[in-house]
Amino acid sequence: MARDTLTGSRIRERRIMAGKRQAELAAEVGISASYLNLIEHNRRRIGGKLLVDIAEVLQVEASLLSEGAEAALISTLREAAADVGRADTELDRVDEFAGRFPGWAGLIADQYKRLGNLERTAATLTDRLTHDPHLATSMHEMLTMVTAIRSTAGILADTKEIEPEWRNRFHRNLNEDSQRLAESSQQLVSYLDEAGDAAGGLTLPLEEVEAMLEAHEFRFDMLDGADDAALESFAEQQSVLSSREAQQMAVTVLRRFRADARLLPQKEFAAAVAEFEADPVAIAKSLHAPLAAVFRRLACLSDELMDLPLGLVMCDGSGTLMLRKQVEGFQLPRFSAACPKWPLFQALVRPMRPLRQTVMVTGRDARRFECYAISEPIGALEANIDPLYHSYMLIKPLDGGGPVAREVGSTCRVCPSVDCEGRREPSLLAHSA
Amino acid sequence: MGKSVLLIEDEPNIIEAISFILSRDGWAVSTHSNGHDAVGVVQSTQPDLVILDVMLPGKSGYDILREIRGHSDTSGLPVLMLTAKGQVKDREMAERIGASRFMTKPFSNAEVLEVVRELVTE
Repeated sequence: MARDTLTGSRIRERRIMAGKRQAELAAEVGISASYLNLIEHNRRRIGGKLLVDIAEVLQVEASLLSEGAEAALISTLREAAADVGRADTELDRVDEFAGRFPGWAGLIADQYKRLGNLERTAATLTDRLTHDPHLATSMHEMLTMVTAIRSTAGILADTKEIEPEWRNRFHRNLNEDSQRLAESSQQLVSYLDEAGDAAGGLTLPLEEVEAMLEAHEFRFDMLDGADDAALESFAEQQSVLSSREAQQMAVTVLRRFRADARLLPQKEFAAAVAEFEADPVAIAKSLHAPLAAVFRRLACLSDELMDLPLGLVMCDGSGTLMLRKQVEGFQLPRFSAACPKWPLFQALVRPMRPLRQTVMVTGRDARRFECYAISEPIGALEANIDPLYHSYMLIKPLDGGGPVAREVGSTCRVCPSVDCEGRREPSLLAHSA
Repeated sequence: MGKSVLLIEDEPNIIEAISFILSRDGWAVSTHSNGHDAVGVVQSTQPDLVILDVMLPGKSGYDILREIRGHSDTSGLPVLMLTAKGQVKDREMAERIGASRFMTKPFSNAEVLEVVRELVTE
């Protein structure tokens, strides 16, 4: 969504921060409360004198309301502050900072991301050196060869009288071992070259896959009729997918999207979306499709079929996030573990039972979302073997106020909720508050 | 015939080289190349010293050493462990289990001879 289309949301956020009711603000700037309500929900554009008047009443610069600061930028700045753990960071003024000094704020955010990437690269390399079975085996093989060569060469050099039969045997052994050593060395160098390429990227494979999906806005209509070879070729051509791992993961996702598109052709699906007002459970029932497939299809097509784009997140049974389609206001963490209150995780303990919950995302710009979640088994079912599950959550932004089932956050470090029973680690936001 | 050494190692050319050196020094050398039944061989041959590689097919040198130390008739047997892993934790592991000495590959022939002589004299 373009930045200037969120002016209404920023006015609402600032009004709530100022402790003003909608009717109060409306009266002070000479408009009706219902008109202000439309503005606050981005249903009416606002600018000129009215914007200046509202900014004056709310005691902020008009540009901060009209331009704001990217939510992602603010979120990254909050994460940066939380990671450093400095209590004197003025977190309550982070959006003001990002709004007034976007260049500096962007620089801090970029540096924070770069630092995180470097830390992960270092951790990956350390882990590889200490735990990589291939590296350990190669080194063991090479040291064994070197030992044999050293010992044999020592015998030939130091033994004054040695029978011709033994001499010939040791020469042959030296020749064999030196050949094996040469081969092992070459294999190790090749392996380290590949490993170096993989570690050289500043992103994880999953991030690269998500960047590719976002670059295509989650639309791959041109691949609906493609075969596997074409999908692989497509993945290889994506410059953002720098590693083989990322390409393989992308192909897995594209195969899933292709299967969804074949199961739920766009025309038929669009008609069902309109008929059932994007209720995924009703659509799945009507089209006799698995709910997870409907979630994915809705998320991919929502930018075209609906007023507001939908978010999507998927995890496996360990809770590891494997696919994310970000949605404004519901931050899906990049690296930290997510909020355990998400319906996504509740669905994991109740497989095959669709969940529908209205949640409020904690924070000053708290927004309501309707979340649908389902956990479905993967692979073929077999007798007496518990299946593995993938859980999906579709995230639908809601307008205005209304009842909320529970508050959820993004990740503990940047969640202000003080009395959360699911908290894993302290929040700097809660601490500073 | 001199004192006996059992060499448990899976790399044929290392077996050949060490056997040659020790034989020339007067030791009666027997060899075995897998971990699976190594403990049985130790018990049946009753050598004066065992040279034991850590990485063996079938069973690790650490597990073999544990079993050797667990049997009353072999619990005091001198065992020289050989490994390509020279990390402190590997050395500590070997000492904890009861290795008499720990030698990291690659080693020189002179070092092996010296340690073997020391261990049997001890």
